[in-house]
Amino acid sequence: MKLLAIDTSNRPLSVAVLEDTKILATTTTNVGRNHSSTLLPIIEQSLAQAGIAPEALDRIVVAAGPGSYTGLRIGVTTAKTLAFTLDKALVGVSSLAALAANVLTEGQLVAPLFDARRENVFTGLYRIENQRPVNVVADQHVSLTDWHQVLAAYQEPIVFIGADVATYEEKLKASFGKRFVRAAPQLDLPRAEAIGLLGQTMAPVAQIHAFVPNYLRLTQAERDWQAKHPEEDHAPYVEKI
Amino acid sequence: MILAFESSCDETSVAVVRNGDEILSNVIATQINSHKRFGGVVPEVASRHHIEQITICIEAALNEANVTYDDLDAVAVTYGPGLVGALLVGVNAAKTVAFAHHLPLIPVNHMAGHIYAARFVKPFEFPLMALLVSGGHTELVYMQADGQFEIIGETRDDAAGEAYDKIGRVLGVPYPAGKVIDEMAHQGQDTFNFPRAMIDEDNYDFSFSGLKSAFINTVHHADQIGATLDKNDLAASFQASVVDVLVSKTLRVLKQYPVKQLVLAGGVAANQGLRERLQLELPKHFPDAELLLAPLKLCGDNGAMIGAAGYIQYQHQQFGDASLNADPSLEFDWMPNMPH
Ligand SMILES: Nc1ncnc2c1ncn2[C@@H]1O[C@H](COP(=O)(O)OP(=O)(O)OP(=O)(O)O)[C@@H](O)[C@H]1O
Ligand SMILES: [Mg+2]
Repeated sequence: MKLLAIDTSNRPLSVAVLEDTKILATTTTNVGRNHSSTLLPIIEQSLAQAGIAPEALDRIVVAAGPGSYTGLRIGVTTAKTLAFTLDKALVGVSSLAALAANVLTEGQLVAPLFDARRENVFTGLYRIENQRPVNVVADQHVSLTDWHQVLAAYQEPIVFIGADVATYEEKLKASFGKRFVRAAPQLDLPRAEAIGLLGQTMAPVAQIHAFVPNYLRLTQAERDWQAKHPEEDHAPYVEKI
Repeated sequence: MILAFESSCDETSVAVVRNGDEILSNVIATQINSHKRFGGVVPEVASRHHIEQITICIEAALNEANVTYDDLDAVAVTYGPGLVGALLVGVNAAKTVAFAHHLPLIPVNHMAGHIYAARFVKPFEFPLMALLVSGGHTELVYMQADGQFEIIGETRDDAAGEAYDKIGRVLGVPYPAGKVIDEMAHQGQDTFNFPRAMIDEDNYDFSFSGLKSAFINTVHHADQIGATLDKNDLAASFQASVVDVLVSKTLRVLKQYPVKQLVLAGGVAANQGLRERLQLELPKHFPDAELLLAPLKLCGDNGAMIGAAGYIQYQHQQFGDASLNADPSLEFDWMPNMPH
């Protein structure tokens, strides 16, 4: 299976080309340049290095969220359009699972985390089983305080992973004490090759048209509107004219 | 044949255009029902809808045109001006289609697209003046050749469409208000005599914020004293001021810049009052100038107009590459290699 994997969920950008379990090309940057101008050139280059034409791909795997809304849009639009236009299989992988996949210690609990500002995070809980992250607590947008309570049920060490862990390190240490284990910094970057390996065996999305980022949050405007109109019907918001 | 993408605001559109002047398909998915909830376009909501729609629109555009990727010569896309998150969806989708099918990519200025909507009426003859009136722009654009744009005058504050939408809120007309106010105006009289800003000034610029304030003050004052004003008369008075200013500035600019054609384009070009006035006045003052009204269906944002503008760039080999990015505040110097 020839596979292209993409992650632009946050500041890092990662692209990999795989043939079955063989990693043919991989590029990861963490320079915060605009993913919109860098993603497609890196895809082009990676496929060229791997000697694979886009039409020869079998599957496209993308980190589908949560993460930065803009970053997700760039990665998901590119992956979705590529899969649609070339009629290829498309797989969305949790951007948090993608980070957790960097940890290989069997049985280990892992909490990947992205900052969502003001003491809120996008996070979830994973356990490494057979070298793959298995979801234990669903990905969510949650305050650090509430997340601490959720994790209270797990009285064992938890590896916290992600560049944003640094932002809350003191607080996390204070809450979790010895259970707080900081992942090695080289594991904080998502690696598309790991995402590709995860997505290789997952079921592709049934409806490419319906594939959208997993933002895990409504927009502020929609939240306000729903609070004011709890009964309102969901009219078709988009219409063909 | 060009596959053209537009996603700068609240319409996702993909079109197939042949030779820059024939529409084979022009699929438009509008988000108006969504943004109505908020009284205006919410950028993050718009961006999310674009992702939901983009591949659906590509598929429908190809199917309705009855073409395959093999029939295409290029992919064109709006890369600015507009909402950055919205633009990003169209830009990344278009780049990906171009890459996947080994097609050249044409980056198109959205405002150039609006002007080229009139190209579907008949071929352009130069020099040409365009009165470009939309939700975000009010400009007089002089063209000496295809792909050459010179802004002769522009609004110093609100765009005309923006003014319509803002006074629409005061009248309780849902977003976008332009079309409904236009209809109301046709049933009312210009009884309020709102100011005609800058109409006598010796320049080609516009201003609509004073008119907007005068309108809002009139309505608020009536509310305070418990008077009811005729909404149709309010709409008619507002529209009379907008049309007076737009038309008189346009006629004035044509004295200094004689042209073969006057193009009316942009969302507000759908305005019946404006179309009628230009049809009446232009032949009176400039019998040799021809009026090209952008077709009603092509005044709002759509992919076909991007395909028409993109075709000019295609002829001049003005291509972008995989690193093309959205440029939310793109200005009108979009064909840098063109002879000036
Ligand atoms: N009949 C009409 N009379 C007046 N205004 C109208 C009419 N129909 C539409 N409009 C206005 O046109 C605007 C939409 O035009 P358009 O879609 O070109 O704007 P935009 O794409 O948001 O802005 P821009 O093109 O400047 O980036 C809205 O402000 C709407 O109220
Ligand atoms: Mg527009």
